[in-house]
Amino acid sequence: MADRPPVSLTIDGVEVTVPAGTMILEAAKLAGVLVPHYCYHPGLPIAGVCRMCLVEIEGAPKLQIGCATPVAEGQSVLVNRSEEAKRARQGVLEFLLIHHPLDCPICDQAGECELQDYVFQEGQARTRYSPQFPKRFNPVEDFGGDVLYVPNRCILCTRCVRFMDHVADEAVLNVSERGDRAFIGIHPDRELDHPWSGNVVDLCPVGSLISKDFLHKARAWELDKTPSICTGCSQGCNVNLESRSPSVVRVKPRSNLDVNRYFMCDHGRLTYRAMNRGDRIEAPLVSDQGHLMAVDWDHALARAAEVVKAASGRAVALVSPSTSNEALYLLQQVVRSLETTAAFRVERAASEIPLPGVPGLALREERAPNAAGARLLGFSEEFDAAASEVDSAALVIVLGDDLRGLESDALSLAARVIYLGTALPDLARTADVVLPVANTAEEEGTFINCDGRVQRYFQAKPAPGMARPAWWVFAELMHELDIAEPLSGAAEAFEQLAASVPSFEGLSYEVLGLRGAELTAAKTARVGR
Amino acid sequence: MGYPHKPHPNETVVLSEHFGDAEARSYDGWVQRGGYEALKKALAMEPPAVIDEVKAAGLRGRGGAGFPAGVKWDFMPKKKTQPHYLCCNADESEPGTFKDREIMRWTPHGLIEGCLIAAHAIRAETVYIYIRGEFTEAIAIMERALAEAYDRGALGKRVMGSEVAIDMYVHRGAGAYICGEETALMNSIEGKRGNPRIRPPFPAAVGVFSKPTTINNVETLASVPHILNRGAAWYKSLCLSNPKSTGTKLMSVCGHIAKPGNYEVTMGFPMKDLIYDLCGGMQPGRTLKAVIPGGSSVPVLNREEAEGCVLDYEGCVEKGTMLGSGGMIVFDDSADMVYQMMRIAKFYAHESCAQCTQCREGTGWTVRILQKILAGEGALQDLDLLLDIGEQMTGKTICVLSDSCAAPVGSAIRKFRGEFEAYINGARRPVAVAV
Repeated sequence: MADRPPVSLTIDGVEVTVPAGTMILEAAKLAGVLVPHYCYHPGLPIAGVCRMCLVEIEGAPKLQIGCATPVAEGQSVLVNRSEEAKRARQGVLEFLLIHHPLDCPICDQAGECELQDYVFQEGQARTRYSPQFPKRFNPVEDFGGDVLYVPNRCILCTRCVRFMDHVADEAVLNVSERGDRAFIGIHPDRELDHPWSGNVVDLCPVGSLISKDFLHKARAWELDKTPSICTGCSQGCNVNLESRSPSVVRVKPRSNLDVNRYFMCDHGRLTYRAMNRGDRIEAPLVSDQGHLMAVDWDHALARAAEVVKAASGRAVALVSPSTSNEALYLLQQVVRSLETTAAFRVERAASEIPLPGVPGLALREERAPNAAGARLLGFSEEFDAAASEVDSAALVIVLGDDLRGLESDALSLAARVIYLGTALPDLARTADVVLPVANTAEEEGTFINCDGRVQRYFQAKPAPGMARPAWWVFAELMHELDIAEPLSGAAEAFEQLAASVPSFEGLSYEVLGLRGAELTAAKTARVGR
Repeated sequence: MGYPHKPHPNETVVLSEHFGDAEARSYDGWVQRGGYEALKKALAMEPPAVIDEVKAAGLRGRGGAGFPAGVKWDFMPKKKTQPHYLCCNADESEPGTFKDREIMRWTPHGLIEGCLIAAHAIRAETVYIYIRGEFTEAIAIMERALAEAYDRGALGKRVMGSEVAIDMYVHRGAGAYICGEETALMNSIEGKRGNPRIRPPFPAAVGVFSKPTTINNVETLASVPHILNRGAAWYKSLCLSNPKSTGTKLMSVCGHIAKPGNYEVTMGFPMKDLIYDLCGGMQPGRTLKAVIPGGSSVPVLNREEAEGCVLDYEGCVEKGTMLGSGGMIVFDDSADMVYQMMRIAKFYAHESCAQCTQCREGTGWTVRILQKILAGEGALQDLDLLLDIGEQMTGKTICVLSDSCAAPVGSAIRKFRGEFEAYINGARRPVAVAV
């Protein structure tokens, strides 16, 4: 784009300058004018079929579609200021509604439906379609995967067909039949089970393609959207956690042209389930003659500080690669006076599953969001070696690892154990102190993706009971140990991290914003892949 | 009148000269009748010179739009960097049109020769003749002629012994009206669903298989050898009215007429003479009510307009309609215009490719309103609604199928409003129609 000459034009009287070849619809976005549209989507090839984005170009004999008409120097485009264009849009809306059922009260898309929005915005109050005419009817079809097709609501924008054809590169959908009998057809011997096919639900502008997992769970307007990072793998797709307190009910992709564009995989969509798990530790626990007793944080932190102070010799830290950079950094600070073996382990799939239409985007082999961060902050992948040192260690701190596969008496042989986690595995019941921590949906923090990009996530829901973010726990523990002042928030933890780890130089929460930024090191080489 | 009858003296027989002459179908028969001379002439010329000759003749596209053929050829890239294609549009799907079928049935080598000259002019090495699937006889004849032309060296690596290499294929359509639209035709050749493409890019830049492509109608291409044989000046002189419309036009006349058939007339020929003189007028005891001159997709003319209309591109536009493909549908006073319009609209509703909203939904809605009126359940405001829907369907879609549905219906309501009102106010008994 950058090497194309600039073109200046006005859209509804607002002057914009864009690179030559930009389509009017995109240029209008820069002018702050939304040209209503259905078939156009920036992540898909242009179809130009819904005819909703017709705009008036002064001097042109007829209306032109904004999605496929490139800008021209000095032209004046009218969108909302053109009566003719407005009438054309009203016409399209009326045409779309003659077969569309008005079942918004039971439709999952209601509240985030582009047909509903535009009809509400400028549609006609009444249809002129005679009530004696039948509406087209086709039964609901299970497309397989997570997708249901409700053909009666379909407006034939073909976004789903183009996604499967050109982005997923698996052409299992088509437009079947012709005229107003047309519907979206699926290959008779296939299902919509491509690992990225859930995106068709997001792409569908109406409630025609809907998620079985989300079906009738919540109304769109009840949901709070919180920017986050997908925890499904090391790709770090930008997502929104959509929650109805106290649960996350679905995960939707959040557009980031540098990472996942507009998409996310089906595996990532189901990560919300772990965020809502019910078997959580809700209070700090301390060991009292072999039994764990619930106490308040002051007691628990005091006990944890005693444990750390008493330790002399080797420390072992076992962490989960789903932990934030802030917590990992502060954990290292807690044990910095001890000689420490720090390790993590990450679940690996046999191979990655790319989305062919978006180079560099894949469901990665490493099925955790922050393995790169753990590596960078001094945690090795020699998990088994570290685990074998547990029984001889003076201090063991476990953060988030579920201790799967360890000898059943491993922790009881260790001198002192502090366990931090969201749930309590049986092996951890011999710990001296158990501290409940928040999961990704319940705290603020940062992850580093497989390309060395640091990205922020935000708190979507409250943590259960007395659970606290892990960074807070370590910061308070250091205060208790008299080695640091308490922190005001995750931002301050990140500031300290950025000040002491060279790769993070120049980064702060403000710099990262919602799109993230690359590590200094990642600009030249990828971090440990 | 063309085959099977002798031509009328007032016809100008150029393309239809050998209609009915089975011997003209063979390679030798065609050569004996002066065939392939124009090709030799063209091969001796530089491609731009061929284009200039066709431009000078004023030959315009016979498929419906009437775009100058030479100008269209000139849109092809001047510097050839990739394969060029020529597509011959033999889909002839426009209701009321049956001229290309006769050209292919009787003068297949004439079409092949025209295609070869055009391919040389645009420097295409491959030609697709896209024939409507239902034309089984025409397909068999064209395939036979192609095989013969290959055998005799008129096609292949060395066309007529020259350095020019041209391959030609017959591609059979599968029965969709819309595949006669040039971009849908290209999709169909590629093996895709026959949906029209958005323009730009235009076919001359990105056509079939994404390569520069020119698409011409059968009648257009079949006219080319005659231009080269007899010269642009001769062709240009075939003009009775507006000098922008030159040559001859095959008019397919059907409907309520004494002698339906193909008639070849000079551009600018009066429609009145075609109907009453060449076609023998109405059937006994009947009078002319209306004419759709250019296939079912153009506005209807009433009797007065039809009798005053001159058959060329400008003459038809002057009367508010189009010459189109030359498929003339004649209605006499027994015709029920409401029913006829419903039938036409139903065709378009069935054939809409379902891409554009206005067309997909508007064609079907138009049919249902017309059926409601025919059933005696219409209201006066339904007529205004039809006109308003028609306006929404005009000039807003990728191709003109939706316009083609709106144009005849809208013009019939304006010109024959009384017939619509008769159904609405009960003066006429309802007609049972399948909804």
